Amino acid sequence: MPTNILMPALSPTMEKGNLARWLKKEGDKVSPGDVIAEIETDKATMEVEAIDEGVLAKILVPEGAEDVPVNQVIAVLAQEGEDVAAAGAEAAKPRGEAPPASKAAEPPSAPSPERPSAAASEAERAAAPRAELPQVDRHEAAPAAVAEAARPAADDRGRIFSSPLARRLAKEAGIDLSRVQGSGPHGRIVARDIEQAKAGRRLKPVAAPAAAAPPPPAGAPAVAALADEKIRALYEPGTYDVVPHDSMRKIIAQRLVQAKQTIPHFYLTVDCNIDKLLAAREEINAAAPKDKDGKPAYKLTINDFVIKALALALQQVPDANVTWTEGGMLKHKHSDVGVAVSIPNGLITPVVRRAETKSLSVISAEMKDYAARARARKLKPEEYQGGSTAVSNLGMYGIREFAAVINPPHATILAVGAGEQRAIVRNGKIEVATMMSATLSTDHRAVDGALGAQLLGAFKALIENPVMMLV
Amino acid sequence: MADTTFDVIIIGSGPGGYVTAIRAAQLGFKTAIVERAHLGGICTNWGCIPTKALLRSAEIFDYLEHAGDYGLVAEKVGFDPAAVVKRSRGVAKRLSDGIAFLMRKNNVSVIWGDARIAAPGKVAVKPHDDRLKTDVPKGALGPGNYQAKHIIVATGARPRVLPGLEPDGKLIWTYFEAMVAPIIPKSLLVVGSGAIGVEFASFYRTFGAEVTIVEVLPQILPAEDAEIAAFARKQFEKQGITIHTSAKVTKLDRKADSVVATVENAAGKALTIEAERVISAVGVVGNVENLGLEALGVKIERGTIVTDPFARTNVPGIYAIGDVAGPPMLAHKAEHEGIICVEAIKGLNPHPMNKTLIPGCTYCRPQIASVGLTEAEAKESGREIRVGRFPFIGNGKAIALGEDQGLVKVVFDKATGQLLGAHMVGAEVTELIQGFVIAMNLETTEEELIHSIFPHPTLSETMKEAVLDAYGRVLNI
Repeated sequence: MPTNILMPALSPTMEKGNLARWLKKEGDKVSPGDVIAEIETDKATMEVEAIDEGVLAKILVPEGAEDVPVNQVIAVLAQEGEDVAAAGAEAAKPRGEAPPASKAAEPPSAPSPERPSAAASEAERAAAPRAELPQVDRHEAAPAAVAEAARPAADDRGRIFSSPLARRLAKEAGIDLSRVQGSGPHGRIVARDIEQAKAGRRLKPVAAPAAAAPPPPAGAPAVAALADEKIRALYEPGTYDVVPHDSMRKIIAQRLVQAKQTIPHFYLTVDCNIDKLLAAREEINAAAPKDKDGKPAYKLTINDFVIKALALALQQVPDANVTWTEGGMLKHKHSDVGVAVSIPNGLITPVVRRAETKSLSVISAEMKDYAARARARKLKPEEYQGGSTAVSNLGMYGIREFAAVINPPHATILAVGAGEQRAIVRNGKIEVATMMSATLSTDHRAVDGALGAQLLGAFKALIENPVMMLV
Repeated sequence: MADTTFDVIIIGSGPGGYVTAIRAAQLGFKTAIVERAHLGGICTNWGCIPTKALLRSAEIFDYLEHAGDYGLVAEKVGFDPAAVVKRSRGVAKRLSDGIAFLMRKNNVSVIWGDARIAAPGKVAVKPHDDRLKTDVPKGALGPGNYQAKHIIVATGARPRVLPGLEPDGKLIWTYFEAMVAPIIPKSLLVVGSGAIGVEFASFYRTFGAEVTIVEVLPQILPAEDAEIAAFARKQFEKQGITIHTSAKVTKLDRKADSVVATVENAAGKALTIEAERVISAVGVVGNVENLGLEALGVKIERGTIVTDPFARTNVPGIYAIGDVAGPPMLAHKAEHEGIICVEAIKGLNPHPMNKTLIPGCTYCRPQIASVGLTEAEAKESGREIRVGRFPFIGNGKAIALGEDQGLVKVVFDKATGQLLGAHMVGAEVTELIQGFVIAMNLETTEEELIHSIFPHPTLSETMKEAVLDAYGRVLNI
């Protein structure tokens, strides 16, 4: 009789999880103990091991499927001698809850492969951290958004059984325990395994289950990075500590590699005179109505102006308000501007929707709200998904200018430097002005140099004459 | 006609052999065990167990003699050597009978006689003719030819004989005679200060014999940590035992009812020691002979069978465990080796034994127990180490027991915090050492030991204190 392989519960409270990866294909023979798939929740990445021997007859939940209920049938195992095809066809009746996408009354109810995949890629996009970010709230913002994005968080992954001595040796040698294959009772990692690992043996591959970053998206070139042990060999053991990657770090690494490897970046820089903007900001803030405690109704930041200016500039240069897809260019109607927010150990990029339609005070209030709710782990996925561009501001660190990495699927990202007094030449005379440099990174597939220059020119005009934002 | 074909035949029913037989039976093997003298072998009948019974008598006698220390009155305290021996034999018999029961319970066939491996897979058993009285268990199979795919040699060891020091059973004893002596000699010369030597020295000294120990190496209890051995030596000397280390017996003159020994001491001076009896306790050698091993080409080195970590000899189908397979010659090592052996035959992929984690216990007074590397061995291994010590005088329970002479010593790897060794001398330390054995097997570091709560008041608190001491945190001293 074919055996159903069910979505396992990684913890007593787990209700659903993501099917991160299949390590076996349909038709593969499996033996008890073979790792057949990786399951992720926001807290952990775990391996699903085969309990019985047989042939993987049918995979019912595709790789990347999210929010798969516990006990849903994810695959069917045909026993020896069974007709694999028949087993796959026959055994697809779910024992647990029906997947959300399927109609409960309609067996067999294998979830449609498209939907979960689409959901996965969307969530991935949503959770995508940005490389450089304006520090909207540099203090306490929590990595809530990433957790909510239902991506794996392996920082609290399933317990790795290891001896105390093994743990200490691994730490000293800079070996990530999750990469070590245990040889002790029930696979417990013991000291001798670490000794082996130091010599490069008994190590799981970098992209190993339960350990390393999620696999790169299909089609992305394999990263031919140096093997960990080779890197470690360059440093004397004991001269460094190894901090295991948490899920946000892994996603950052994965997505930025993806961005830099798949997006042809092109950079344009302008200097903007922000004297008028500063004056306007002062005036607007001073005029803010105060409540009975004397608290102003709003307090605009320079970044609020930057968001608004970029949103309007995209409306003026609509060809730059795009997203590259292989099938065709997505031309966006609204300016959804992501704003990179640095939070401890990571980033989150809430999106100010239709920013071109919003007043500065609304944008300002929205950003404050985003920051507060990020702290309270209350950002919803739709609040940090999508967008066609982003703003990354490192001005508060005194950074004069820098180039940001585009956050796919955006076509551009604007890196904003510090406003500072500089000597400028106007009408043949040296004058002092408050200048702010901004660098636009563009996806050259979608936004060519001239188009990018046009967008940046529009942005500069708005920043230098903020009154034009009122038009 | 009884069945003569088995999956596994084990030759020798000592602790290694009989435990291996039970495990083999548990794993579903049709198993037989060959014995020629007593089920349980030396350990049960002539070693570990009967000596513990003797030493218990000595211990109680000693308590009675010191009853006043505890506010008690014990008058006319005496002993009957024959009764002490009788009790010891009774204990051995009870355990040996228990093994007969265990064999029946596990459907292990017992074959009685002398075994020889005629060829791989073939065991020829002949009637045994021996001066030792044998206890043939009910239902044992007799001599004949037997077959088994797997033959495990577990024939143990016997006392080593040094030239000039040949035991005669009358004046010069091995542990066999020392264990059943009907008298307590007025004076006793013990040659060799390993576990067997010092246990008999303790026993006979407690019952009043003038005991002299001669040890060829610079320290008594040569396998133990030097500091622990020195501590024990002081205690033995306090009890009135004379000890010569770096000394050897060069001549033995046998008189009618005594022996005159010439001993060359550390300074090279010849001493004359007259003693009523001599115990030769200069180690044991493996029983590798008369098994047909040479003819089969089984590799033997230094008197023991050469095996791999799964007890396999160089000849397929022939295995060896326990004393006959090399040191340390300890019952618990033999048992573990046997279990690994049959589990490997079964294909269970057992882990090979880590010989550095085999504890050793000596039941002299005070007791000695140890596991892992001595301080000297740890240093020799090139490690930087941390050593912690705690004396029993800082332990409430020890003082309450009237047993305040003891020392616990622990050796840690300085770099990793790995517990490399633990060494103990004092009351009941043989029961305490297991705590450290488990700790070492689980690869704990000092951190887990320090985080572990030891019950108060117990002698075991000395263990934690020693660990604390290694890290500069000792509390009660």
